[in-house]
Amino acid sequence: MNIFVCIKQVPDTETKITPNGDGTYIETTSIKWIMNPYDEFAVEQALLTKQANSGSTVTVVRVGGVKDTETLRTALAMGADDAILVEADDNLDSFMTAKALKGAIEKSGNSADVIFTGKQAIDDDCLQVPQLLAGMLNLPSVSVVVGCEEAGGKFTLKREIEGGTLEVYEVNSPAIIACNKGINTPRYASLPGIMKAKRKPLAKHSLADVGVADSDRRVKYSNFQLPPEKPPGKKFDAMDEANQASIVAEVVGLLRTEAKAI
Amino acid sequence: MAKVLVFTELTSDHVKSVTLEILGKLTGNDVDVAAIGQVPAGAVAELAKYGAANIHSLKGDNLDKYSPEGYANALKEFIGNGGYDYVFAGATSLAKDLFPRLSGMFDAGMASEVTNFTMDGGTFAGTRPLFSGKCLAKVEIEGPKPHFVTVRPNALGMPENENAAAGNVVDAAANAGEIRAAIKEIIKGASEKLDLTEANIIVSGGRAMKEAANFKILDELADVIGATVGASRAAVDSGYAPHAMQVGQTGKTVAPTLYIACGISGAIQHLAGMRTSKCIVAINTDPDAPIFTKADYGIVGDLFQIVPILTEEFKKIM
Repeated sequence: MNIFVCIKQVPDTETKITPNGDGTYIETTSIKWIMNPYDEFAVEQALLTKQANSGSTVTVVRVGGVKDTETLRTALAMGADDAILVEADDNLDSFMTAKALKGAIEKSGNSADVIFTGKQAIDDDCLQVPQLLAGMLNLPSVSVVVGCEEAGGKFTLKREIEGGTLEVYEVNSPAIIACNKGINTPRYASLPGIMKAKRKPLAKHSLADVGVADSDRRVKYSNFQLPPEKPPGKKFDAMDEANQASIVAEVVGLLRTEAKAI
Repeated sequence: MAKVLVFTELTSDHVKSVTLEILGKLTGNDVDVAAIGQVPAGAVAELAKYGAANIHSLKGDNLDKYSPEGYANALKEFIGNGGYDYVFAGATSLAKDLFPRLSGMFDAGMASEVTNFTMDGGTFAGTRPLFSGKCLAKVEIEGPKPHFVTVRPNALGMPENENAAAGNVVDAAANAGEIRAAIKEIIKGASEKLDLTEANIIVSGGRAMKEAANFKILDELADVIGATVGASRAAVDSGYAPHAMQVGQTGKTVAPTLYIACGISGAIQHLAGMRTSKCIVAINTDPDAPIFTKADYGIVGDLFQIVPILTEEFKKIM
């Protein structure tokens, strides 16, 4: 199987986000970058699929800034065979990203039997790329996948929807599978894995190389700002059991009369 | 004035409230509604009351349950024939899966999960949170039409005024085309309650819940006030609650009217997922817990003592 994984490099969840000077994006100079957490599940699922299908290869693809390429090396250290980097700004929209991924996969010369992605990237939170890519490659896709079994190129997938309900899909390869937390437990890169990763092939392309132009932009952002801060609320000390009943009664009263929340 | 289609899902006789929220914001435009399947009479009345001119029921083979390809193919043809400038939907599980595929079929752009928008001069401009709400930005769509927009449930609020329109019911034949990824089975979730993303009131538990069985006291509170129960990442990672209940940057982003955080310290990734809640109550023994900086009403106390009193107090007024 030719297995592809699409990953993104995003600011660490603990990172403080600050808008840049002209409000067109965020300040990216002092950010700690990590692999998008949902993409770790995609890499792991790709490696599990490879283990179950001898002779398979796992190619990891990333579109984004080149301040560092640690995320691709991490995926290679976990066990992916080779990597493709499409060098681009970090604020591409979903359409451009999907088109660049399509171009990079086609340029690899291997047709994808399965493509794993995370269900969403936690930077722009758009949840568009897996489905857009599926449309562009004319492949079926299943998103928010929390269970994945494969036998003879047929995937049985559990997609999570509202209220924890699961839709069970069957789909034959080739397909795109967008992974959610719960699908597996991503492995850590081993020390030998990290050493090996340094020698694994990493191809680099420009956006133009993979057929993406400025005119492919569909979504324009401006006026990045921090959300308005709330005025400080009321705080009550209810550590002493004697006060608890009266304090709770007061808060419930405020919820009804002041906040009108109940 | 723009020609707009609002896609809605049919779950029961009622329309999802996010559909009505969207209709309220589209007053002054030429607005139709479409659903896959027969729109029930009760829903038709509601949709007409808030401005739907035509209400289309799309019918065809293999459309009885959702499939990304079947729904996208059916809507592609309908939207293409209708000459719409914009296509809206609530950001539900279904629309979040369907709309990107559909927008791609038109080579068109899509704004995901906006929390507010305007249609000045018939042109869409929206606001959406990025980085799980750590940042907000203005979003505009360029390129070929129609443009696609999903709207976060509970963000706009229900329209203040009704805006009655014709509400003509129209049947349309739809073609699902080739479906390669199809649902074979649906496994119902344990909860009969509203999903976290749609809930008006949420009661969440954190690491201080100590064990899964203790979520019982949150369930009791939730039952009294009609809330859905959530959990912090710490509680999920400790195995006290399933991931489907997780609120935060790697869980669900929620915006209820009332959010009650019990034994949650308020890590930045949790705050990101719930900070746009309209009213926040926090219960925590640590007076310096970050959750108190976001709380409208903070109670410094032991949740195991406070929550049962809270439940009893709510019983008196509900």
